[in-house]
Amino acid sequence: MQRTVLPAITLALAAAAGSAFAAPVNYKTPDEVAAFKPGPNLEVVQGNCSACHSSDYVATQPPMKDKKGFWQAEVTKMIKVYGAPIDDADVSKIVDYLAATY
Amino acid sequence: MFDRRDLLKGAGLAALAATLNSTKALALDTVTLPFANGERPLVKYPQKRPMIGLTSRPPQLETPFAVFNDGPITPNNAFFVRYHLSDLPYNLDPDKFTLEVKGKVDKPLKLSLKDIRKMKATEIVAVNQCSGNSRGFFEPRVAGGQLANGAMGCARWRGVPLKAVLEMAGVQAGAKQVTFNGMDGPVNDKTPDFIKALDLDHATDGEVMLAYGMNGEDLPFLNGFPLRLIVPGYYGTYWVKHLNEITVIDNVYDGFWMKSAYRIPDTPNNAIEPGTAPKATIPINRFTIRSFITSVPDGAKLKAGAMTLRGIAFDGGKGIKNVEVSADGGKTWVSAKLGKDLGKYAFREWKLPVKLMTGSHELKVRATGNGGETQPDTPRWNPAGYLRNVVETVRVSVA
Repeated sequence: MQRTVLPAITLALAAAAGSAFAAPVNYKTPDEVAAFKPGPNLEVVQGNCSACHSSDYVATQPPMKDKKGFWQAEVTKMIKVYGAPIDDADVSKIVDYLAATY
Repeated sequence: MFDRRDLLKGAGLAALAATLNSTKALALDTVTLPFANGERPLVKYPQKRPMIGLTSRPPQLETPFAVFNDGPITPNNAFFVRYHLSDLPYNLDPDKFTLEVKGKVDKPLKLSLKDIRKMKATEIVAVNQCSGNSRGFFEPRVAGGQLANGAMGCARWRGVPLKAVLEMAGVQAGAKQVTFNGMDGPVNDKTPDFIKALDLDHATDGEVMLAYGMNGEDLPFLNGFPLRLIVPGYYGTYWVKHLNEITVIDNVYDGFWMKSAYRIPDTPNNAIEPGTAPKATIPINRFTIRSFITSVPDGAKLKAGAMTLRGIAFDGGKGIKNVEVSADGGKTWVSAKLGKDLGKYAFREWKLPVKLMTGSHELKVRATGNGGETQPDTPRWNPAGYLRNVVETVRVSVA
């Protein structure tokens, strides 16, 4: 029994000593609850867009008259400006999903 | 409609309190900002009170507007949050934090927080405002974070002048700009890191500051703990958070966040015809002058009689000379009494006793700065949704 307790104590002491010299912030944000709405090719959107940002970036955009033009410009910006590694074949799927769903 | 002889302070306060509690909350956890697609969750983050959630990754939080009626200093737990990139230094260790000063300097520096806190401290009360504050009100609407008026705040910042740190390092002849990088970065290495630049003259003006303190406490994590840049009078894009890298350069920085993003039209009012594209642009810089009524929300139902209207005003650093209020939709204006002067970069409180008769009224507020600039009656437009400073209107019905 001692053999199992001792390492545990040692670990606890090490952790305590560590925290005395260094106290990382360990900031925790709330769980991400926003999700992309159901729609055509949802999984393509989740796989590409969610890598860098939450879905509320999309959901809070204003209602535009030319939805397709608006979302095409946004997806192009993500690729050209922010370097999003989106396959050419996925671009139109993502634009269509966004224009139809948001 | 106004009666300045009537100084019955506090009258009508009960009516006001009743209307302030009746915000447009659909549920306890949702608010609806007054523009299309303005529904937002109220979210609770560590070190923050419930805030208007714009995005969760990276976090962007807007201050509920009622907070601005509580005084000219915005509490740390209510101060807005804006990030661009999702890799935040959630596990940063303040004991190991190092600020590096390098580039065209005689003596590159590596300063710990202790080193910085040992230097002679200075304080300034200054407004920080997101460049896109109020973007949701743009018409035609534009892409970007759809904020109402709560992406601003005023705090007492404590730290050391950037000038003192640059003097320690010894800026070399031929230096032109200073760049600032924080510990937050992109999750994809092809995304441009968030780096901002100031001209050397500006960086060494003695006012630009490296702050570790905010309203008597450490910076909250989401406001840039443990160190952020303070650029009084300038939009928040320059106020780099989690600041750990300062580089003196002998050219004009051409990274994405200076050269392509955060640009405004190079026209007399930095405005263009709505819906068009600018021919030439410059980096966004100083705040436009703004003022708000904070004591009465739009759409409030008030009791007829005397009451005191209150609010705030601020500008890009000349300071507020005058605040005028109209209770008849802009036909007549009366100067408000200005509150305590906390400095030319701070929120300036104002108040004005008024008497409102039964009926519908448009209350308007307009500030004039010490430089003579004032607010336009109609909104100026630019494609990024920056610089909004139209005279604000609060519609009330009085019975």
